[in-house]
Amino acid sequence: MTATELLRVEGVTKAYPGVVANSDVSFAISEGEVHALLGENGAGKSTLVKMIYGLVKPDSGRMMFRGQPYHPSEPRAARAAGVAMVFQHFSLFDALSVAENVALGMENPPPMKELSGRIRAVSTEYGLPLDPGRMVGDLSAGERQRVEIIRCLLQDPKLLIMDEPTSVLTPQEVEILFKTLRQLSAEGTAILYISHKLEEIRALCDEATILRRGKVVATCTPRDVSAREMAELMVGATLTPPARAGTPKGEVALEVRGLSVASPIPFGTSLKDVSFSVARGEVLGIAGVAGNGQDELLLALSGELPAPEGAVRIAGRDAGAIGPNGRRAAGLVAAPEERLGHAAAPDMTLVENALLSGLVRKGLARHGFIDWGATETFAAGIVKEFDVRTPGTHVAARALSGGNLQKFVVGRELSQAPTVIVINQPTWGVDAAAAASIRQAILDRAAEGAAVVVISQDLDELLEIADNFAAMNEGRLTPVRPVQGLTMDQIGLMMGGAHGMEVAHHGH
Amino acid sequence: MFGGIDPSLLIASLIVASVPIILAAIGELVTERAGVLNLGVEGMMIMGAVCGFIAAVTTGSAVLGFLGGALGGALLSLIFAVLTQFLLANQVATGLALTLFGLGLSSLLGQSYVGIKPPLTPALPFGPLADIPFFGKVLFSHDWVVYFSVASVAAVWWVLKATRTGLVLRAVGESHDAAHALGYKVVRIRIGAIVFGGAMAGLGGAYVSLVRVPQWTDGITAGAGWIALAIVVFASWKPWRALIGAYLFGGITVLQLNLQVAGARIPVEYLSSAPYLITILVLVIMSSAKGRGGRGKVALNAPASLGQNFHASR
Repeated sequence: MTATELLRVEGVTKAYPGVVANSDVSFAISEGEVHALLGENGAGKSTLVKMIYGLVKPDSGRMMFRGQPYHPSEPRAARAAGVAMVFQHFSLFDALSVAENVALGMENPPPMKELSGRIRAVSTEYGLPLDPGRMVGDLSAGERQRVEIIRCLLQDPKLLIMDEPTSVLTPQEVEILFKTLRQLSAEGTAILYISHKLEEIRALCDEATILRRGKVVATCTPRDVSAREMAELMVGATLTPPARAGTPKGEVALEVRGLSVASPIPFGTSLKDVSFSVARGEVLGIAGVAGNGQDELLLALSGELPAPEGAVRIAGRDAGAIGPNGRRAAGLVAAPEERLGHAAAPDMTLVENALLSGLVRKGLARHGFIDWGATETFAAGIVKEFDVRTPGTHVAARALSGGNLQKFVVGRELSQAPTVIVINQPTWGVDAAAAASIRQAILDRAAEGAAVVVISQDLDELLEIADNFAAMNEGRLTPVRPVQGLTMDQIGLMMGGAHGMEVAHHGH
Repeated sequence: MFGGIDPSLLIASLIVASVPIILAAIGELVTERAGVLNLGVEGMMIMGAVCGFIAAVTTGSAVLGFLGGALGGALLSLIFAVLTQFLLANQVATGLALTLFGLGLSSLLGQSYVGIKPPLTPALPFGPLADIPFFGKVLFSHDWVVYFSVASVAAVWWVLKATRTGLVLRAVGESHDAAHALGYKVVRIRIGAIVFGGAMAGLGGAYVSLVRVPQWTDGITAGAGWIALAIVVFASWKPWRALIGAYLFGGITVLQLNLQVAGARIPVEYLSSAPYLITILVLVIMSSAKGRGGRGKVALNAPASLGQNFHASR
């Protein structure tokens, strides 16, 4: 490639107390290039892009942007230089309109009327239709991402940073996003693309830099290597896909019939007439774009949200009115998506957190007194079996990294000999090796005869471990279908998240 | 005239009675729109009342008195700002402590000022306008602070609605993490809002000790700060509604006084508790009214980060 160099990062190092997030990282991006930044969680990708975007200052090393020394002291300076960023967790304001959100991300926004006109113009030009007057809280995940992208595009960036942009999109929405990105790249905008979805990187990116533990371990051209090779470079080890034994299905352990409940979550989605059943030994995968009722479904199944009489049955018994502890006693355990504050109490120790959910099934209290010895053993067992990296069981849950805490909370539920397991996003933010071990543990429990419901936005994960598949869309559940023989197109239609996707894509 | 109550006099006095609450409520509204819940309004008001009183008596100027009141409220709110924004103390507990501290400190400062008359704050001379029947008395017979309070509502409304400063302030109150990611200085903006709230509460307090009651006694604000807090919620964080809320409360306060004077055959205790009861009632009705999506209307408009501390991690 003979394109001119846009950004060069040389020997950048950034250390935090206790960890070196980036150590001597160097790479370069040319104009119009789509460059992937690959790595496990905690490999230092986020810190690196935060430095490019001016949110974090490097300890040493230097950056060059369009041939000039570049060290932005704040995002404002980075934006002025022509760097824009679409965040992993959207940096949007629910109660403000699309136009107001866009204005907040610009240095000198024009008056609202003019801005609305420009939002309409740019959004149709790139095939991402948006109504500037709508409240962001009412938009779907895909539409919210458009707001972020439009906000960046209005500033005419030279470099667009995208942090895991596809994790909340349906396959159809991903296709549209890729078209937009290719169009941008053809116009000369460089794109720094962070993801750990390897097939996407192979489809989209020109070059890739792979990080492991804060260091650049390899660079490659994604089209020329296989996804497996890239994954192994990322992890630094050979990966084994989970093994599954074809277990015969037993009797129905969890039955949900005509479940309709209002959402307790602000801007949430109510469940509408959800019905399915899971047999012992079966893994049911429930897909869906975030915010389509998955959180509510977990609440209704765990017992946090009371269900109407007869709507939820565990092993044939009505459990609709029974709360979480009653359902645990009946054999159902649940692991919600939000680790800190929902699955675990952040300031309590791992032992105390183990007690909170294990109390009923593990019999950790006698005559109203806590059996700390048994609780300690239970917590230590989880740490050992699920390879939770922690100095001990007496550290606060908050002190663990996201992936390690996830291993702990999933492990805690799986260690209670459950007959029904409900998990939302089992491997969210967990690195590849740990994700594989969590999936294996789920499959092992199914093989032992537990009925498992896995709610996830990671389609590859669901296709890997589930026997049957369904999708949630605006609080409704599609009919359950066997995974075998499903095509990506069918899945996309089931997820149905193609809101307004029929709008033609205008090219140049 | 009904039952010996002159409507124009009633309206004119309700406007005056509402001024301290309007000022305090509009200040707290800005603070809360930036995502900070400062329950110390009562403490900041009474500090404003005592500081304003001392400043006015010492200098002999009512205007300097109001400035002193604003300064007193702002200084007290600065303590709250340091505790909650830098030391990340719990906002509810800090706010309550601020009220207790303000009540005690004001009582200490005001000890030698009991029984003194402050300088007068005269009505603005509107000339012939003041002689228009009915409207003259209702609209053109007040001191400058009354007009200032209405102007401050208009100004806050306009700033929040139409300016970039207002948009950034709302954004910080809506999601401090997102605002930080976009490069806005969350803590700095919030401290500004807290100090503004403190100054406005102080101004409201000074109006109580310089105009409403014209003297100093302990606990002179008598819960006006709490009413101001309630009105912010009742107004669902909208400036004009806060004005209406304050007038409603002021109106009932004045009406019950008039009813007492007119000899209504209701025990005095019921009458004097009426303003508080009705304010609570309105609050309950407002917050239980279901809005779109099953959420209460009031809740729908509450700043999403209200009362949450912000700490920029990494």
